[in-house]
Order: sequence, then C-alpha cells, then structure tokens
Amino acid sequence: MAISMEQDRSADRRFWERFPLVALIARRLALSALLLVAVSLLIFGGIEALPGDFATTYLGQSATPQAVANIRTELGLDRPFAVRYFEWLGGALRGDFGKSWASRNSVSEQISNRLGNSLLLAFLAAVIAVPLAVALGMLAVHHRNRITDRIINVVSLAAISLPEFFVGYLLILLFAVNLGAATFPATVYEGMALGERLKALALPTATLVFAVLAHMMRMTRAAILSVMASAYMETAELKGLSALRAIVRHAAPNAVAPIVNVIALNLAYLVVGVVVVEVIFVYPGMGQYMVDAVTVRDMPVVQACGLIFAAVYILLNMLADIIAILSNPRLRHPR
Amino acid sequence: MRARDIPLSAWLGLVGLAMVLVCAIFAPWIAPYGENDIIAGVWEPGSHASWLGTDNLGRDLLSRLIFGARTTLFVALAASVLSFAIGIVLSFTAAVSGGIIDQLLSRFNDLMMSVPTLIFALVVLAVLPQNLLILIAVMAALDSTRVYRLGRAVALDVAVMDFVEAARLRGEGRLWIIFREILPNTLSPLLAEFGLRFAFAILFLSTLSFLGLGIQPPAADWGGMIKDNKDGIIFGISAALVPGAAIAVLAICVNLVVDWLLRRTSSLKGGRGDG
Repeated sequence: MAISMEQDRSADRRFWERFPLVALIARRLALSALLLVAVSLLIFGGIEALPGDFATTYLGQSATPQAVANIRTELGLDRPFAVRYFEWLGGALRGDFGKSWASRNSVSEQISNRLGNSLLLAFLAAVIAVPLAVALGMLAVHHRNRITDRIINVVSLAAISLPEFFVGYLLILLFAVNLGAATFPATVYEGMALGERLKALALPTATLVFAVLAHMMRMTRAAILSVMASAYMETAELKGLSALRAIVRHAAPNAVAPIVNVIALNLAYLVVGVVVVEVIFVYPGMGQYMVDAVTVRDMPVVQACGLIFAAVYILLNMLADIIAILSNPRLRHPR
Repeated sequence: MRARDIPLSAWLGLVGLAMVLVCAIFAPWIAPYGENDIIAGVWEPGSHASWLGTDNLGRDLLSRLIFGARTTLFVALAASVLSFAIGIVLSFTAAVSGGIIDQLLSRFNDLMMSVPTLIFALVVLAVLPQNLLILIAVMAALDSTRVYRLGRAVALDVAVMDFVEAARLRGEGRLWIIFREILPNTLSPLLAEFGLRFAFAILFLSTLSFLGLGIQPPAADWGGMIKDNKDGIIFGISAALVPGAAIAVLAICVNLVVDWLLRRTSSLKGGRGDG
C-alpha cells in the first residue's frame, strides 16, 4: 500500500515535470478560481460588514423596530451569515441569483436579457478598437520622435482625458439631434430588425471605442518601444541586419506577449466602460441595471452584477496571463 | 531647472491648472451669482447677464461651474492625497519588512485589484450612507491599491541598494529606512504617479457624480452638473457639455504636466532615450 502510494506520487511528479506548461496553466486556472471565490466572499461579506441596512432605508420614517424585523425576516436576513452566503454562492453557480428586493422579480431573468446586450456592445467596440489601436501604435513607433508620433501622442493624451459622458453627449448632440443620423435613446428590444439595432448601437459603440482606443494605442506603443530598446535589438542593428529583418525576426516574437496583454487588459476595461456608456445612452444592459439597483440599495441585484462583472474581468486577465505564458518560454520557468 | 526648459505643452498644463485653482479658491468673489441662486428661466441661452446661460433649474451655469471647480478639485485632491498616504506607507512597509507581512499585504492587494474599481465602488456605495467623507474614503481606499503596486515595485528596487544595507547595519529603525532612505530616492516616479492618480480621481469622481452616487445636490460639482442637464441634450441644448468640457480640460492639463514629469524621470534613468 505504502509503496503504491509512493509510486503514484512519483508518477504525479513526473507528469508535472514532463509538461511544465500544463502545470503552469493549471496553476493559473486554480488561482483564478480561488480569486473568484475570494471576490465573491468580499462582495457578499463586505456588504454584511458595512453599516447601513436595506430595511431601515426602505421604510424610511416609518421604521419601527417591529416593521424592520418583519422585513428582515421576509428577506431572510435574520438567518446566520454562513448559511446565506453558501445558499447565495450555490445559487450563483446554478445561475440563480434570487429575487430583487425592490421589484420582487427574478434577478437571473433580468440579467439573462441584459448580459447579451452588454456583451454585444463590448464585442462591437473591441472588434473596431483592437486592430485600430495596434495599427496606430505601430505607426507611432515607426515614426518615432517625428511629427506623426508627436501628433499621435498629444491627441491620444487628450483622448484619455475626455470622459465618456462628454464624448457620448457630444456625439448625441451632433449625430442624433442635429443630423438625425442615429437614434437616441439607444433602446433595443427583442425581435428588433438588425438594421435598426445597429443604428441604435452606432453611437454607444463609437463612444466606447473612443474611450479605450487611446489607452490601448499608448500601451502598444510602449510595449513595442521597450522591445526595440532591448540589448538584442541593438545587437541586431550593430551586426548589420536590415530594419525590417530585425523587426520580423527579433522584435515581433518578443512583442506579441506584451501586446496581447495590453489588449486583454483593455478589453477588461471595456467591460467596465459599458457601465457609463449604457447610462448615457439609456441602453438596456447590465451596467444600467446595476447603477439603478445601487441607487435604491437593491442588494441581490448589486451583488449579482458585481460578481458577474468581476468574473469577466478576472477571466480576461487570466486569458492574458495564459497567452503570455504560451508566447514567452521564459515565463514557464519562474526563478 | 529653468523656466525655458519646460516644454510648451507642460506650460499649457500648468497655466490651466493655475486657472482652475484660482477659480476654486476665490469662487465666491469670482462667480457672478451664488451657487444656488435662480436667476432666470430654465435652459436659457448665453447672454450678457449670464455668459454660459442657465441650467435645468434656471441657475447660472458659469457660477455653478466656478463653485463646482471648488468641490471637484477639493474632493479629488483629498482622495489622491489620502490614497497616497495609505498606499505608500503600506507598500514601503511591505518592501522593507518582506516575509509574511509582504505576502499578506500583497495578496490582499491582488484581491482588491481583481475587481474593477468602478464596480467595487458601486458595490460599496450601495451600502454606505452618502456623504462627502465616505466618498473621499472610498475613492482613496480603492485608488491606494494602484499606489501600493507601484510603491512596492520602486521601493524593492531601492531597498536592495548598498546605502540601505548600510543603514540597516548601522542599526536604523524601519521608520528611518522608509522615510529617510527609500522615500527621497523614489520621489520622482511617485510624483508622476501622483499626477496620474489625481487626473484619474477627477474623472472617477465625475463619473460617480454623473451616475448619481458622488456628490449630492444641491452642491455644485462638474459630474453632477452633467447629470442635471443631460435631459436637455434631446432638445439640442448643450448645457451638459459645458461641465463635460471643463472636466476634460482639467484632466488634459494634469496629464500634460504628468507627461512632462514622466519624460524627465525616464531621461534621468538613462537608456536609449525612448520616452
């Protein structure tokens, strides 16, 4: 018995040694899962620990102790914390987030309608922003320290500083009100014709693209520049390789990881950016749902939306790390 | 450092910042009307009496903009100063102590950073009562995670230097090492980071106010002014764009100054001169 266990363990070890990449990725996956559990605890537990109570807020002036106790019982707030947390987590894993306190409707139903809308918006923005950002970043590096680079630098600096609501309302005023070329508010509903839907999505998408483009471009530029400044590029230059060959053979393979990382990080930002853009354009997505719930302190909705946003964010970051590990052999053997 | 060494873009930024600062400090003397005085009809266009027109309740837009500069600047500044105080003390402690303290602080920081800032703020503000102090504290706490990350990285670089080792061997305490050895040698990247965080705080505060979770009415604040006037957009009234433009200009000014600071820092470090 003892011997077979010994063998098992050594077989185990050999597997990890033979496939260090699998081991590393498995570890990263486990870390993300752990992080997700910790975040769920943070979101659920944090709300418990902080002062303020829905029942008292909800009842306002008429908050007699008896009425407060009744509401707490009705919402199940009188049961111990651990029981409620595991019920909530178990429900969340099955896609059931309970009932909204304010409207008494199922949270999951609302979310399933809205999540698709939000993802569509983020996806459209990503499809436009990513290629544009990488191309502009490369252009800036190519014309480094020349007038094109300077212009791109100043314009992108300005673009970073423009809040989404300024860009959004400017676009609305120009295109929806003055020109009548787009629809506002950007309401979408089920069974809407594709053309109409795209027309409604045009301005929110443009705003989102504008919000992430400059960040993504500047980070791409920095990533490529840091590769260009490295010692092996200097060597390539000194040993007489042509600029194109040096870039293709030496710079490009090393720049993939940082660029992919930049893109994944900014996609994560996109997911958050939808919150503000949805409120501006009155677009029926997750972000608007969450903000509305926060104003009326509707906890189940806030918790569900918070968890989903955090999960998407963690997932995208994990994806960035895994791609970085795959594309850079040095990361596979951490010192 | 001579004045003509400062590039034009940085001058623009500095002048813009100075103007907003003057508006913020001397608001009651500069503003033509009071913060909440109703002077005319709703959403009237600009005139001699009120240059930028009136807002959704008939209050003077320019006056509210000037008073709003005060709130916006004060809250953003308070939040960034507080976040730096928290972030730097914790990150330097972690870098100097190492071991279990470093592990605990850093892992907790990773956890905090794994939730997007805005989402975290929404979740926290859904529970907490709405007032100015809590708003500043929440913004500072969330932002300090970013300061912590940078602070720990730069402090670790310095903490392994010989002069720190010498100070340790001399028997200096932890506080001396943090404030007398490490802090002076990390000041310039931290200064640039402070500018970045400040610009971010302005945008973040405006976003929260715009969503109705930041500064509460009737106090004037740029993000809240956009929220107040946004319904006019459908009728072609651009009142909401004025505070939006103010936020953008302020953030651009801060970023221009930071860009110059960053450039200076990176040129001090040497390298091949690619900013």
